[in-house]
Amino acid sequence: MKKLVKMIVSSILVGVMALGFCACAAKGGKKEGGLIKVGIINNDPNESGYRTANDRDMKATFTKENGYDPYFYYSLKNEEQIAAAQKFIQDDVDYLLISAAGTSGWDGVLEQAKKAGIKVILFDRTIDASEDLYEASIVSDMAKEGEQAVSWLASQNLSEYKIIHIQGVMGSSAQIGRSGALDTKVAAEANWTIVQQQTAEWSEETAQQITQAVIDSGESFNVIYAENDNMAKGAVAALDKANISHGVGKDVIVIGFDCNTWALEELVAGNWNYDGQCNPFQASYIDDIIKNGAKQKVVIMEEKGFDATTITKDDVTKYGI
Amino acid sequence: MTTPEPRLKTGRSGKRLLEKFGLTQLIIPFVALLFLVLLNLFVDPSFFKIALEKSSTGYYILSGNLISIIDNGSELAILAIGMTLVTSASGGQDISVGSAIAIAGSIVLRVIKGLSPSISGGELAVYLIFAFVLCVVASALFGAFNGSLVAFFKIQPMVATLILFTAGRSIAAWINNNENISITDDRFKYFGNFLPGIPVPTPVFISAVCMIVIALVLKFTNLRLYSQAVGINASSSRLNGINPKMIKLLSFIILGVCVAVCGFIKVSRTASITYAVIANNIEMDAILAVALGGNNLGGGKFNMTASIIGAYVIQFLTTTLFKLKVSSSAISAYKAVVVIFLIILSAPVVRKWLGDLKNKHIASRAKVKKEGV
Repeated sequence: MKKLVKMIVSSILVGVMALGFCACAAKGGKKEGGLIKVGIINNDPNESGYRTANDRDMKATFTKENGYDPYFYYSLKNEEQIAAAQKFIQDDVDYLLISAAGTSGWDGVLEQAKKAGIKVILFDRTIDASEDLYEASIVSDMAKEGEQAVSWLASQNLSEYKIIHIQGVMGSSAQIGRSGALDTKVAAEANWTIVQQQTAEWSEETAQQITQAVIDSGESFNVIYAENDNMAKGAVAALDKANISHGVGKDVIVIGFDCNTWALEELVAGNWNYDGQCNPFQASYIDDIIKNGAKQKVVIMEEKGFDATTITKDDVTKYGI
Repeated sequence: MTTPEPRLKTGRSGKRLLEKFGLTQLIIPFVALLFLVLLNLFVDPSFFKIALEKSSTGYYILSGNLISIIDNGSELAILAIGMTLVTSASGGQDISVGSAIAIAGSIVLRVIKGLSPSISGGELAVYLIFAFVLCVVASALFGAFNGSLVAFFKIQPMVATLILFTAGRSIAAWINNNENISITDDRFKYFGNFLPGIPVPTPVFISAVCMIVIALVLKFTNLRLYSQAVGINASSSRLNGINPKMIKLLSFIILGVCVAVCGFIKVSRTASITYAVIANNIEMDAILAVALGGNNLGGGKFNMTASIIGAYVIQFLTTTLFKLKVSSSAISAYKAVVVIFLIILSAPVVRKWLGDLKNKHIASRAKVKKEGV
């Protein structure tokens, strides 16, 4: 009797396993009605307003209606992203779109993708890997964003530039690019000085505390160069508290980055002076490359900088994120 | 019924010993504070300047580094209160407070964001009270969630709170559909900045209220005795009629309320929220404050005053580092060096060793005296 039960159970189990294999095979063999299967590996959309806009843009472009079968994976950790890439390769996607959390460690998985005939497109972030391992990389030129802002600042022709420089998370590409441009200029010009240079790690409260510390020490300054909008906002909160005027034609020039809608509205109101764009809308570029092929390896997106004296309401709705 | 309990009248020497213990524990954060004060005096005495100036709102306000320190240290001091209780009762720490602050702040903004700036003060007050109550309830529930994992499922506090630590910021973003919120109504900023006409920052008052409340609670209830008893030996406290599970749960709920107050202040400071970085790493600072107060992180006895002073010491350190213009890439390292120094100083082992050293010294002196006679 016992033997019989055992036999029945084991045969059922074997049957189920066989069925499972069949199911797998069926899944692997069938391509869904000519849809292009893309695996998208991105950073956590909660990371920043930039990432939220970026994720929204990707989700709006890579849809069934546009001929895609998208799979999304989010992580801020490089190794988790690499593991997800391996899973996508096993799932046999057609394209792998990656916004890498870190720059290194990707060689192995990109080679696997190449062997499997999967095309890789990098967006937003570059990685340290041989160029023939990916189709194209669509990036922002952070250094150029910084240069645009710095040359705008230089065009203001102040007799003296005394700058509070609030940096992002040290070592992030946005921080390196945006700090680099300012550091070069300060080193080159005699009348440009840094009053305070400190990282607020993208946090507005920390930026507020840093600015507060400068105000408390009684040093004079006339420029706030914050590497994103939130930190600029924090710095401005400290200025407001101390009754220091800021904005167009006022005592302190305020510079932010990323073009959040609320930040552009501050520009329109004349409370800030300049905001540099960091274009989060890569999806259309990627779509173009998938459908028409890559024309060059590195695609640098067009990015604007807005001056409070020339910005329009349309700019706010069009470029605000 | 209300006659004073006779057990308070224990032997004199025992009481003095207790007092001595309390005092020696307070000495550690005070020494740290003194160290920072001297450092600043030496580098630049103008660090301590306090001025009364007109702000952009047209009212006179106090400004200066010291004001900034007690202002910006408010959240940390409030958190230290809850963290000390959790540490005492559960013998572990809650690492989810930063994420929980993000949730609390997000809830407040969710209620406030749609309001038009033209509504009357009374109406706004109703909304603000509603927002505050809602965020207190939600944070207390999250605290209860952490607490029940610790109390009923006996999961280590750090592991139990790891769940909310990981998920909290996503939940906060989800509450507001990941929108970038910015409140334009200046009246909302009162709670993180200044009330009109009052020269002292509002967070200072809020933290003072929290401290008074906890001081009264500790004085007039058995919370201190019970949580220390549970922290020292849960099973023997159970045999004495205390329910350790309830005490642990309660400590996490109290921390939840502290978190709600912090979240409210934080979002009021800039009238906006960045889900990923609001109150970033504040859990580490809060735990540090408890450790700096000389409290045993393994639970049991605690000194609330020492923890609160510890919180202000940490803020003092942060402001000092900003003032000294330590380079961005090195600031964490500087902080770490000072923290290691302070923590080693406040470690029970070192304290015991120092105490022994002192006793030995006294003993040897007494011996010499005796021999001399």
